[in-house]
Amino acid sequence: MSVFRQNVMPVLVVVLAILALWYAGAVGLNAHWAQDKAKRAGVELRFSELVADTWTQAKPRLPTPNQVAVEIWRTTGAMIARGKAFSKRSLILHGWTTLSATLLGFAFGALFGILLAVGIVHIRAIDLSVMPWVIASQTVPILAIAPMVVVVLATLNTPALVAKGVISMYLSFFPVVVGMVKGLRSPDRLALDQMATWHASRAQVIWKLRLPASAPYLFASLKVGVAASLIGAVVAELSLSQDGGLGARLLAGSYYGQTIQIWSALIAAATLAAGLVGIVGMAQGLTLRRMGMAR
Amino acid sequence: MIWLVGSIIFWLGAWRLNLWLAGRAQSRFVTVAVPALFGVALLLLWEGVVRGFDINPVLLPAPSAIGARIAASMPILWTDFVQTFVKGALTGYVIGCGAAFLTAVAVDRSPFLQKGLLPVGNFVAALPIIGMAPILVMWFGFDWHSKAAVVVVMVFFPTLVNSVEGLRATDHMQRDLMRTYAAAYWQGLLKLRLPAAMPFIFNGLKISTTLALIGAIVAEFFGSPIRGMGFRISTEVGRLALDMVWAEIAVAALAGSAFYGGVAMIEKAVTFWHPSQRRG
Repeated sequence: MSVFRQNVMPVLVVVLAILALWYAGAVGLNAHWAQDKAKRAGVELRFSELVADTWTQAKPRLPTPNQVAVEIWRTTGAMIARGKAFSKRSLILHGWTTLSATLLGFAFGALFGILLAVGIVHIRAIDLSVMPWVIASQTVPILAIAPMVVVVLATLNTPALVAKGVISMYLSFFPVVVGMVKGLRSPDRLALDQMATWHASRAQVIWKLRLPASAPYLFASLKVGVAASLIGAVVAELSLSQDGGLGARLLAGSYYGQTIQIWSALIAAATLAAGLVGIVGMAQGLTLRRMGMAR
Repeated sequence: MIWLVGSIIFWLGAWRLNLWLAGRAQSRFVTVAVPALFGVALLLLWEGVVRGFDINPVLLPAPSAIGARIAASMPILWTDFVQTFVKGALTGYVIGCGAAFLTAVAVDRSPFLQKGLLPVGNFVAALPIIGMAPILVMWFGFDWHSKAAVVVVMVFFPTLVNSVEGLRATDHMQRDLMRTYAAAYWQGLLKLRLPAAMPFIFNGLKISTTLALIGAIVAEFFGSPIRGMGFRISTEVGRLALDMVWAEIAVAALAGSAFYGGVAMIEKAVTFWHPSQRRG
């Protein structure tokens, strides 16, 4: 009970406050349109009617959470119930399109990131020549190149999945490099000297000391990387929308003023991000506990 | 052909030189010269490959072509820069970070709110907030106001989380000392906790510089007046004028690094006492 009051209560209160603000905001933002309609119909709206109208509009400026929830259910659960889980209108299909590009890009981005980090730690010339550029690239809005990469790869007849994956890879690559370099360098002089007294080869130092020591750093940067990967896939889909995806839903929604559709795509993307970060977090907890490094 | 072979030879030579330089004692000269040489060699290799294989400029323009484009379209690049960076990103950054900082100070008085806001803020900071862009463009119109709004939303949570964390960074002994001085709340805040929070706050501010530029550029993909870096990138890509796209990207990269560097310099001046800023 005390744990509940200590940790869960405050979060619950904040979340409820956000929801309350959301409903209030829906009234405020949609009131204009409701009043307009009432004026044309020649009726005077009472406050309760105004609220009811603002919470049920078809194309509101700000849909209420329950409208978004209904839309999400209509495009996921209800479609499964009708046996059309992968129809064109289903969020599951679009979510999967985005997720597959994200995972593909993330896997390669993380792999290349780790390899480059190992190279940076071992070869001083790579460290000196590449590392400043890697750090500088963190300050550059690399997402801006997404449309260009997508179009160039499309001209080369690359499948859309790969084109999106390249953006995802690019975005998850840099956080992993920076984190891994830090992690691989984390063993102190003493531990390295100990390896030297055991006459360990370079490969042994890597496998038995540096890689295990870098695990906490790796997972921390993987969390950042997977979130960045998803953002990369979504933004890539803005320029490559023909075979769907959450980004394509966002764009289509903004063209046709379908706010509820935008919000449901947004919530779906948020859920995916939270799920992916959560999975990496769980892997982190499990691995670190097995390695005896859990804090 | 001569370009291709020449650039490869230059690249190999530069790499040998870098290996040799890296083997020598670490000095200021080496740490600057090695990455610079690497960058120049890479650019030359790019130029050589593009010329050597006669690559279509629709796929990959040569650095020289991009440079010529930058020089030729300075006025366009400048209006885009003002529209996206100064009006969109910078305004949003100041408003967003300011609001987050004030919220953090307000929240700081209540441990209950702190406990509630930190997990929620951390959660939101990991979400693809950039997806809010179409909604905000709908609310605030096509001009820079909507871009600034996207930036506000994007930078708010990272700054908030870091500021709240920073304001908690003092330990009991220090706060007790302030109590024994009979310091009022404001005195404790201004003289102890704010200075102690600065390294954390600047961490948030530095993360936010990149987010601000990304937000302003990507928001323009959802609609903008006929200027702005994001607008230019998406339309020139459509026209396959990749040299212009690269020119905009070069400007964005420069602006991003300068922005980050500027904030880092202010950090250095404000947190000169912190161990991470000491030299030698």
